[in-house]
Amino acid sequence: MKEGTGFRIYAIIYLVFLYAPIFLLPLFAFNDSTIIAFPLSGFTTNWFSELMTIPALHGAVQTSLIIAVSTSILATCLGTFAARAATRYDFPGKAPIMGFIMLPLVLPEIIVAVSLLVVLLGIGIQLSAWTVILGHVLICTPFAIAILNSAFQSLDRSLEEAARDLGENRWATFWLVTFPLIMPGIISSLLISFTISLDEFIIAFFLTGTDPTLPVYIWSQLRFPTKLPSIMALGTILVALSITLLMIAEYFRRKGIQRTGGKETGGFL
Amino acid sequence: MDARTRWGRFLRSEAASGLILISPTAFYALLLLAVPLGAILVYSVLTDGYLEIIWAPTFANYIEAFGDELYRQVMFRSLFVSATVTLVTVLLAYPVAYYVSFHVAPQRKSLWLFLITIPFWTSYLIRVFLWKVILGFNGVVNTSLLTLGIIDEPLTFILYNVNAVVITLAHAYAPFAILPIFVALEKIDRPLLEAAQDLGESKLLAFWRVTLPLSMPGVVAAVLIVFIPTIGDYVTPQLVGGPEGRMIANVIQLQYLRLDNYPLGSALAASAMLIVTAVSLVFLYLNRRFLRVRQ
Repeated sequence: MKEGTGFRIYAIIYLVFLYAPIFLLPLFAFNDSTIIAFPLSGFTTNWFSELMTIPALHGAVQTSLIIAVSTSILATCLGTFAARAATRYDFPGKAPIMGFIMLPLVLPEIIVAVSLLVVLLGIGIQLSAWTVILGHVLICTPFAIAILNSAFQSLDRSLEEAARDLGENRWATFWLVTFPLIMPGIISSLLISFTISLDEFIIAFFLTGTDPTLPVYIWSQLRFPTKLPSIMALGTILVALSITLLMIAEYFRRKGIQRTGGKETGGFL
Repeated sequence: MDARTRWGRFLRSEAASGLILISPTAFYALLLLAVPLGAILVYSVLTDGYLEIIWAPTFANYIEAFGDELYRQVMFRSLFVSATVTLVTVLLAYPVAYYVSFHVAPQRKSLWLFLITIPFWTSYLIRVFLWKVILGFNGVVNTSLLTLGIIDEPLTFILYNVNAVVITLAHAYAPFAILPIFVALEKIDRPLLEAAQDLGESKLLAFWRVTLPLSMPGVVAAVLIVFIPTIGDYVTPQLVGGPEGRMIANVIQLQYLRLDNYPLGSALAASAMLIVTAVSLVFLYLNRRFLRVRQ
């Protein structure tokens, strides 16, 4: 027991280290000073209301939302195909194909970004929100697969077989039996992909055309000291949004595992 | 007729079903990952004209990437930073993974994992920027140390250099290190550890001879999953690294977006990948040998 206490204290200190920047964010967002430093001087909500008056920011939010929604849908579709194939079938070349699809998980993002840039410019495609979507789908798909794999893995195959025996064709079996059972996994995958895409900077930085995404906009503002307090306010909103989305995603992921009768094995990865 | 039935049988087979099902995702990865990576390799041996790329194969870009003092220095620094970050992250993460796996009640494990992963998913740019605030001249660290009277003047060695890059990256990649180690620890058969202790091993020895070797696959995964992406990190060195903390991604970005020298940028990107792959393979090889000896 004594040994456990030591580890517990260490783990809690570690969590504090992990959360330190996130705790500081709202402090500076509500601080009545143009300088981001201690000591704090007073309470204000001015930085939040200032956000309402920046048209460039609103454009960036819109671009980012379009990209994130499209990315999450496409990545989840591609992830569903791959996760289903990987958990249900054996086929030649399975390990190398899956390994290659999962590669963006470890590949430095700058490599993905420059390689796509070279090809897109090489074949003369104008950079736009669409080119960012192409890149984001590539990096979100492995996360979608990881989530959906666990949803499919815990799926009881005899349920599908029962539907087939009762005369449904493959298509109907999928929509009537499989799909409802993996629905929580799909929602979780949509939310995670959305969160990753909304937050992704490097690929967007290289592949965005004239319309910056939200992180690219933030990056451009970090150079101006006077803009920083409102960026802190923006960051506070973003962090609150991400945490909410993640909590919903986690709720659905757990529900999915329960629904298909599997056992809880751990976090998102 | 015969060929058609055989084809039909193939289409209904398990292998075909799997291949058909995976083909959209596989084609997507082929078109948007394999082809672009191939293109980088091609570009890396072309010549840069001022406004266009000249189709004259050459190794000049690689000679410059490896020969130029500046690039070599940046490459070594990137490797050094990545290796240090990996070491620090994995060492600090192991006890946390161990705690969650061995000392947390099963129904609370996923809550812990969720708490550990949340910071990883939230605004990367702003998180890195906040480290600049924490480590800065008037930052959190300096003002608190000054108020406590531990130091007389602000510390300057913690921002705009390699230290700052290491601290910030170690923070950013922490969950990446914890999760694979946790998964490996979870797979360890608990009675095995009890057996080791029943046979007279002390707790520490049981850990050293049973738990640690059995969790090595997770440690290896953690090392690779931290080491490979960190070498290509752009935001952290750019924001907190200062001139002496610049890494390979910053140089690649400079070549592509500022100097418009795609061939040299591609050669630098390809070299970085090559070096990372080589180091990872050597690491895997050493690890396999090390583990075989122990078994």
